[in-house]
Amino acid sequence: MNLQQIIDQLELTVLTEKKDFSSIEPTSGYTSDLLSCVMAGAAHGSIWITLQAHNNIVAVAALLETCAVIITEGSMPDASTISRANKEGIVLLSTPQQSFPIVGKLWEMGLRA
Amino acid sequence: MVLPPAGKKVVVSDQSAEEITRVEELSYELKIADVMSRDVFSITPDMPMHDVIEHFRQQRISGAPVLSNNTLVGIISMEDLIRCLIASDQDAIAEKYMTKKVITVRSTDPTVEAMKLFVNSRVGRLAVVEPDGKLVGIITKGDITRGLLNALQTDYKQEEIRRYRASHLFEDIESDRTSLILRYNIKVNDFTHGGAASTNIKKALLRLGANPQIARRVGIAVYEAEMNLIIHTINGGYLRVEIEPHRISIETTDDGPGIPDVSKALKPGYSTATEEIRELGFGAGMGLTNIARCVDTMVLDSQPGKGTHLKLRIFLKKEETVGEGWPANKES
Repeated sequence: MNLQQIIDQLELTVLTEKKDFSSIEPTSGYTSDLLSCVMAGAAHGSIWITLQAHNNIVAVAALLETCAVIITEGSMPDASTISRANKEGIVLLSTPQQSFPIVGKLWEMGLRA
Repeated sequence: MVLPPAGKKVVVSDQSAEEITRVEELSYELKIADVMSRDVFSITPDMPMHDVIEHFRQQRISGAPVLSNNTLVGIISMEDLIRCLIASDQDAIAEKYMTKKVITVRSTDPTVEAMKLFVNSRVGRLAVVEPDGKLVGIITKGDITRGLLNALQTDYKQEEIRRYRASHLFEDIESDRTSLILRYNIKVNDFTHGGAASTNIKKALLRLGANPQIARRVGIAVYEAEMNLIIHTINGGYLRVEIEPHRISIETTDDGPGIPDVSKALKPGYSTATEEIRELGFGAGMGLTNIARCVDTMVLDSQPGKGTHLKLRIFLKKEETVGEGWPANKES
């Protein structure tokens, strides 16, 4: 399953620059809002689901090289966070839904931890 | 790059200025002379249109300048050919069907000028002329695309060269012990730049040719140490990373407040972060645990009222070494 299919099926809004999402294949998924837990738990190339939207998520995502961050419950990163994500090549996606249904749908699509 | 609709004025805000891409930069850096076609097939005003059609077909071109005594007098494009064919007037001479009002650019103009003209005029090619009207080349959208792609490829190669040079740093410099020291001043409460030092250190390591797993471990350890300085100190602190072919040493120093009970601080889940900090997702009490997991040795020295000194080391195996300068006296 590629990132484009995930964006389509979960009706996610792409906040960062468009790129060829169909060529990005997430390796796994991880969810937590505590950054140190993410640091310990999220694998390289994974999708990270969080309701945090402040600019430190970009640093965490860049260091871990996660393939995308899904920001839930409609939290909105500010413009500087988005431009920083573009600079680091991090994909930021947004949804009004809560983390639980998003994780559930990703699991149904076949994504595992 | 999104070009504004024709005729619409766009104000460049600080925000959008920050987002200018490398392609946009290049469109200003590259001159038209760098991307235009120089050996241009041209025709004369008295050439019969059936000859023009035959030349276009054989040379697979879709337009050509019309020159009279080396001076540009017009341009013939597919559209002009079609007009001629519809009128079944192939015996007419080029002068009759050529477009006389030619849009021209200077070879010294930045490529972006040609891009603007393409967006606003719908023509397929622009004539590149000297101030005296002499034609020096033709520029099409295809030329611009090719020029930008070549320039991007050169950029990529330069990064490869930088990487190559950096990875030979330790090998090229002779000393009994060579190391590279990176220093960062971390300000307290500076969440805006939080993670900047660790991101830069990770990039530096990758450029030096470090194993990606090692770069990741260093990145995570430095990130946590950096955030500790931002969140928990009084005046911020000082971060120092020393890179040697066989070892990476990370140190942070601050002048307070110090940790009252170091053994408690090392317990997973223990945190002194405020509610405000926790709302940002920090203060999980996992920072030092994460650091310990990523490094080979960790020494935490703290005196309440004086400050904290954290010393971390990652030892590299020969196959994980940074660069090419594995010390001869350290056969693994």
